Amino acid sequence: MATMEIRSARKTYGTLCVLEDINLSIGDGEFIVLVGPSGCGKSTLLRMIAGLEEISAGEIRIEDRVVNDLPPKARDIAMVFQSYALYPHMNVADNMSYSLRLRKADKPTIADKVRDASAKLGLGALLERKPKALSGGQRQRVAMGRAIVRQPKAFLFDEPLSNLDARLREQMRAEIRKLHRALGATSIYVTHDQVEAMTLADRIVAMHGGHIQQVGTPLELYDRPANLFVAGFIGSPGMNFVEGAVELGTFVMRDGTRLPLPEGMPETLGGATLGIRPEHVTLGEGLAAEVELVEPTGHGIILHLRLAGAVFRVLTTDRRWLTPGDQVQVGLPAGALHLFDESEQRVAPAPHPQQ
Amino acid sequence: MDNIAGRKSSLSWAVNISVVVIVALWLFPTVGLFVSSFRTADQIATTGWWKAPFAAEQNLTLRTGAPDSQAQEGDVWVIAGNLFDEEGVQPAPISVWGISSRDVGAYAVGETAETRAGERITVLENGDYRMEAPERMEGSRGQRVFVTAVVPPEFTLANYRQVLFSDNSTDSMAKAFFNTLTVTIPATIIPIVVAAFAAYALAWMDFPGRALLIAFVVGLLVVPLQLALIPLLKLHLGIGIGKGYLGVWLAHTGFGLPLAIYLLRNYMAGLPRDIIENARVDGATEFQIFTKIILPLSYPALASFAIFQFLWTWNDLLVAKVFLIDATGQTTVMTNQIVELLGTRGGNWEILATAAFVSIAVPLAVFFAMQRYLVRGLLAGSVK
Repeated sequence: MATMEIRSARKTYGTLCVLEDINLSIGDGEFIVLVGPSGCGKSTLLRMIAGLEEISAGEIRIEDRVVNDLPPKARDIAMVFQSYALYPHMNVADNMSYSLRLRKADKPTIADKVRDASAKLGLGALLERKPKALSGGQRQRVAMGRAIVRQPKAFLFDEPLSNLDARLREQMRAEIRKLHRALGATSIYVTHDQVEAMTLADRIVAMHGGHIQQVGTPLELYDRPANLFVAGFIGSPGMNFVEGAVELGTFVMRDGTRLPLPEGMPETLGGATLGIRPEHVTLGEGLAAEVELVEPTGHGIILHLRLAGAVFRVLTTDRRWLTPGDQVQVGLPAGALHLFDESEQRVAPAPHPQQ
Repeated sequence: MDNIAGRKSSLSWAVNISVVVIVALWLFPTVGLFVSSFRTADQIATTGWWKAPFAAEQNLTLRTGAPDSQAQEGDVWVIAGNLFDEEGVQPAPISVWGISSRDVGAYAVGETAETRAGERITVLENGDYRMEAPERMEGSRGQRVFVTAVVPPEFTLANYRQVLFSDNSTDSMAKAFFNTLTVTIPATIIPIVVAAFAAYALAWMDFPGRALLIAFVVGLLVVPLQLALIPLLKLHLGIGIGKGYLGVWLAHTGFGLPLAIYLLRNYMAGLPRDIIENARVDGATEFQIFTKIILPLSYPALASFAIFQFLWTWNDLLVAKVFLIDATGQTTVMTNQIVELLGTRGGNWEILATAAFVSIAVPLAVFFAMQRYLVRGLLAGSVK
């Protein structure tokens, strides 16, 4: 278990800069999730921590030791790969004990640790099997077991669940969470799935275009997104955005529709974007909109509306019978509004989400 | 299966026919050689090898007992016995027989023929005969009888005895067989070991000039080895290796390396990067990754190259002639031995067939023993 510190880390390939000025400190036992769309540099950052990619500038410290020039094996970290990367010619027990055997641990210790880890993961009956005789979920477990037996300073997960089907992913997600609670190990987890990020993380690091966009607890990112990117990325279905400007405490949309803003918001702001989450929009009194598409999800309905010329999504548990073409009125509660300025940064006080 | 990936090609009949033709082309000479090697020179000369498993009609020229074995029974002189009593003749059921070379099938069994001298002969199916004459028979030899008999199939190990164990050094393949093994086994193992190291470095280790080195190896693939024969031999003679096993091992290694490195590098480069990186994170050194991860996973590629290299060195004549075989003839290999047999025993098909089969037996065994490595995918199940 260890703390980790990333200071002004950069990664360049020739003239191409994929990571710029990354600063992050990770507490002992913390579960950090790096989340972002493909190509945002999150896996590269993980691989830099693991020692599989060189650090172009800046430094990475594990327990106050600069590890920039240390090879992966000297950093005492374990990594779980998306493809599981099991050794196909070794059985489950050998896969799990390989790192210990490389460290020349004695046989009883190895056997003990493998037994413990396989019991934790429910792999006890499969120890003699080769990876090809395992199902996807079992392979995933072996990959985790391989990391657990080492008792490393930190676990690194590189999209470990993306090869599993939806149900299994849910189950493994819960298991990873439980495992983390049991082991209390510092973990860094990379994913592009914001649901995974929300459910697993102590703190989320949202990344985009080689920059960290926001670091915070899942609810911080959900309630007070620092910029348009985070606001749009976190939450499903994504936040609704309406472009316009603020004049005299009122938000004026492109088509002239006016919406009074709550107290504390700026009085005037040219080129602003207003955001509201689909689940905070109420049906009933308010602005007129036309239904374009109805998507029942079972526990609710996602309505695609046309409001002030833009597509607007509403998540409601109201099972009212609506068909495309119907006219509805939507209310945008003042407490749930997010306002972003021209440079896409959040402005003004945190609204308190309504319950 | 209606999905596109599983649809049968409309040309599958062409594939099937080609496979049958190729198998037939390959199988007929091999089986022919194999069968011929168990037949005597006479059998090879009279019937084709495909008739070997069946009983054959054969014309034999036999003799009755000599006149001095005749006995008097009443007023006739009689010679009786069995035609197959003669030495070296296998008994066989007789179908027809005759007493003149112009008409060897004149009589059926049980009929009686009369010779010009007035003797009456009766021949039964099992070869029993009875020759009667009113007067005492003259002469020193018995009456010739031409019989047409159905001879059962017969195989012999004599050819192998001759080729493998005879003391005659021009016929013996035994020494050449072991010489060939002495050439082939190191000439297969050395390039594989060297190439495996090189391939790993070229596939997975970062160093400047790696791409150029790979391009150079690929370029070497198209250089004909004949180009190097004379300079290399001069080099060997110059540095004191001379003609001998060491020289031929080095030559085969050199000639085999470009292909070996190319094949193995391509295979190793295709191994999943995650597995190797995981091993690095697990704490393996480059050498441990090579021996514990890469080599076991590369068995199919190693085996297929081993088969190629083994067959090529086993069947090689040119490199052996240049780098190995000297005037003493003590280091002759099988291919060379067969060439010499063609000169000394050109007419003895049974010897040539046997020698040829001895030389292809090992490649056949190697191929059948290792062909599963060619098709086995060791990677199944490692990455999804």
